[in-house]
Amino acid sequence: MFDLKGYGWMLWDGLQLTLTVGVMALGVAFVMGMLGAWGKLSKSPLARGAAATYTTVIRGVPELLLILIIYYGTPTLIQDTLESFGYDIILDINPFVAGVITIGFIYGAFTTEVMRGAILAVPHGQLEAAHAIGMSRAMVVRRVLLPQVWRFALPGLGNVWMVLIKATALISVIQLPELLRNTDIGARATKLPFTFFFAAALIYLGITIVSMLAQQRAEIWANRGIRRT
Amino acid sequence: MDVQIIIDSLPALLKGMGLTLQLTGLSLVIGLASAIPLALMRVSKNPLLWMPAYGYILFFRGTPLLVQLFLIYYGSGQFHDELEAAGLWVFFREAYFCAVLSLALNTAGYTAEILRGAIRGVPHGEVEAALACGMRGSLLYRRIILPKAFRLALQAYSNEVVFLFQATSLVSIITLMDLTGIARVIAARTFDIYELYITAGAIYLCVTYGILYVFKIVEHRWSGHLRAHDDDAINEATIIAGMH
Repeated sequence: MFDLKGYGWMLWDGLQLTLTVGVMALGVAFVMGMLGAWGKLSKSPLARGAAATYTTVIRGVPELLLILIIYYGTPTLIQDTLESFGYDIILDINPFVAGVITIGFIYGAFTTEVMRGAILAVPHGQLEAAHAIGMSRAMVVRRVLLPQVWRFALPGLGNVWMVLIKATALISVIQLPELLRNTDIGARATKLPFTFFFAAALIYLGITIVSMLAQQRAEIWANRGIRRT
Repeated sequence: MDVQIIIDSLPALLKGMGLTLQLTGLSLVIGLASAIPLALMRVSKNPLLWMPAYGYILFFRGTPLLVQLFLIYYGSGQFHDELEAAGLWVFFREAYFCAVLSLALNTAGYTAEILRGAIRGVPHGEVEAALACGMRGSLLYRRIILPKAFRLALQAYSNEVVFLFQATSLVSIITLMDLTGIARVIAARTFDIYELYITAGAIYLCVTYGILYVFKIVEHRWSGHLRAHDDDAINEATIIAGMH
């Protein structure tokens, strides 16, 4: 259907990198999301303030700008700070690491809201009952809260993944050879931009469709012990 | 932190914000206008109507906006001769036109999906009552379903507006001088990278929360008849009066 003039393998390599960045960023986002949700539900005003600032800033600033700030801004900031203390170093962030951290950091804010909602969705009476029969705090979290948080968080986490994987296309601007960057190289070399970008669009669409189907299966699996009303 | 460079570049950055808002507004108007027929097609029972709408929405929601932007801006070059012959090349060679086109097509897909959900959310009883009054077809949609659906969709639509507003920053990649584009150019020239990007980020942040605030006010107005405020005030007054 598509004649990619022998550049098909580059798209394949790009796809693998896109998925690697996506999965690793999802891991970072999950950790950030748990921390953020813990902060938002914490009794400490400091933790609440930090979590609120985090989600507010991420929601208010475009992803592309955040990527530029983290990739170009952070090394300069650290260099300038160290320079004022008399150290002279050159700091370079690896685009792969910058991509994973930035995308994970951004989607951590969205995961924060998902996890917060999921934790609040667990009926409070169950937690009280667990305390009443003498479970420690850690045990309540492990035995009552977490097994159910999973189920409530699954639809939201699925959405985060599908938005996140599309956002990885943005890190092509920091020259990481992921799917879109490699497509761009192929499009320029062959002078067939439409063919190449359309092929890339179909690959992203394929990822989305597979993710949607997987999410449906996962939700059925997670709700297997629940009575449907 | 060099404060002088921030003050010096502020006029240029605000000018960039002008282009950002212009792109946002234009794409939103075109996108919303196309989203309404698209959503109506999507809820239709006729496969010739809902299947193309489903495909359109799936494509534009399932692929990254940046890919859509490249597909239109760079991809149109592959059809240069055909577009030239049809007299359309004068549009497609302009980054501005390609930016508005891809942003509008993208937001049309997302907005249609929001409207679809809202139309499904209109209580069945209201539709039945309208049918019982003899309303049919376009009258039913114009008077009952769409007004209610718009109100139901407002919350989700405000998120879409913010998403599109922020997504306009991608046009800086295809050489347009929006807020992000200007920040990138000045940062490349002066090497004051984080001062400029953080200032630009702060401007985006302010406008984002401004947009959300406006939507909150509109939502408050549109749902005035659904609030129990005045009743509460009366009840409170009676209770206080009874106490004396």
